[in-house]
Amino acid sequence: MTAPAIRYFESRARIYRHTWRASAVSTFLNPVLYLTAMGLGLGTLVDRGAGTATLEGMTYLMFLAPGLLAATAMQTAAGDAAYPVMAGIKWIRTYEATLASPLGVRDLVMGHLAWVAARLTLTSVAFVVVMALFGAVSLGVGLLAIGPAVLTGMAFAGAITAFTARLEDPQGLAAMFRFGIVPMFLFSGTFFPVAELPGWMHPIAYATPLWHGVELTRRVALGLETTISPALQTGYLLVWALVGGWLAVRFLRKRMIS
Amino acid sequence: MSARALTKRFDDFVAVDGIDFDVQPGEAFGFLGPNGAGKSSTMRMIGAVSPVSGGTLTVLGLDPDRDGAAIRARLGVVPQENNLDPELPVEENLLIYGRYFDLPRAVIRERIDELLAFAELTDRRRDVVDHLSGGMKRRLTIARALINQPDLVLLDEPTTGLDPQARHVLWDRLYRLKERGATLIITTHYMDEAEQLCDRLVVMDKGVIAAAGSPRELITRYATREVVELRFPVGAQEAALARLDGLGTHLEVLPDRVLISADDGDAIVAGLEERSISPASLVVRRSSLEDVFLRLTGRTLVD
Repeated sequence: MTAPAIRYFESRARIYRHTWRASAVSTFLNPVLYLTAMGLGLGTLVDRGAGTATLEGMTYLMFLAPGLLAATAMQTAAGDAAYPVMAGIKWIRTYEATLASPLGVRDLVMGHLAWVAARLTLTSVAFVVVMALFGAVSLGVGLLAIGPAVLTGMAFAGAITAFTARLEDPQGLAAMFRFGIVPMFLFSGTFFPVAELPGWMHPIAYATPLWHGVELTRRVALGLETTISPALQTGYLLVWALVGGWLAVRFLRKRMIS
Repeated sequence: MSARALTKRFDDFVAVDGIDFDVQPGEAFGFLGPNGAGKSSTMRMIGAVSPVSGGTLTVLGLDPDRDGAAIRARLGVVPQENNLDPELPVEENLLIYGRYFDLPRAVIRERIDELLAFAELTDRRRDVVDHLSGGMKRRLTIARALINQPDLVLLDEPTTGLDPQARHVLWDRLYRLKERGATLIITTHYMDEAEQLCDRLVVMDKGVIAAAGSPRELITRYATREVVELRFPVGAQEAALARLDGLGTHLEVLPDRVLISADDGDAIVAGLEERSISPASLVVRRSSLEDVFLRLTGRTLVD
């Protein structure tokens, strides 16, 4: 982090001080709704059937919650890395103002991504508190799981910033959510193990950063073995985060400094 | 600051085609021209946010391609469209911008008070920007550009889209800024704005400089002292044109009116009466930069 990047981060934090109320309710409500409907509601059926055998004896709620923590981090990162960037470039043009100051594109992108990471940490803490209240995890272990969850979100943040920097209108973002984020949310091991999917879908699921993130988060929260080495999975997510960040700088520079 | 053969290309399109100009410290320098003349591209190159495609450009003695951040640290930029943070209160817009320049908080606090007074926004300091009027947002954008006490202020179309009263308030503020010794570079497609604010200006058209000088010099060189504007009833202009031959030093035919240049407008009016030409309306006025522009390019500034 460069010093100018920290100053940009500071300005995002200042804006959040004025706007946090808008997202605060959903930050808590979202996990409550999911854990109630899926974890408790659907979970009752799963736990009565053959589910517990597949899930190695744990309740469906316990299985679901850490996966959902990682998947929610992805979703939050996608929103925070897309819409504010679109706004900064086009809607309110604050990027133009920022780049007219001594700050450069690299400072802006680093400060922006650092802010996404901070927001992910905040929303993940809220999520873990709800998880603990549902008895899905102990608070201490749950807080440890924030690490891989935030990393999961950051694996997407840079790439989505880069993608947004090339868009002319928000329709591309709607498509990204519909054809990218939502399918990943559903099929990357969040709600059921990828092993339950047809064989041809496995490679696709394994290629998504989310699957690795879900496995890592579950490993920390539940002590479940990961399919491949956790170091490799962490590395895979880091590569996504770094390459995404690098692309974001490149594309945003192309867009703004012309 | 100085430019030699300064060029900006976008793929095949040449936006700025080898222009030369110099701006002296303390001067208010204008770029006058219609949309698409290359004014904004020039401004972006001066502002070190757009790489120079050809020629040389020196801003505050520095090279924008190499020392961009150092140049931007000493610039104040007022873009064509306001780009304030709408969710933040007035004073915090100034605060975060001051932080981008790495100014200590205490210094920023002091300057915020001064700048809010200058922009007449002191009683709105805690209001969210979204709730301000267009004129207030514009004044805040200008105040924000001054947070680093810039040596050079770039103003891109500073009063476009404002009502006449708000424009005059803004001109007054910019005039005060000049009085304090700031160097201003202004783009505009309003001739009255250029006449009010600029010591010297260049007229740009299609990426090149068509003429340069002070507003007075340009008017003297490219226009007569006065202009007679005639409007004819719909359909009658064509027939009247033949009978205007020989009146004034220059005749400019626009779709909706005819302009006759002359040093003595009243003599033209007398000439019209002699020929018993009676237009629907007739105005005698002093020549403006608009006439200079029309003469140089054959087109009006604002379509």
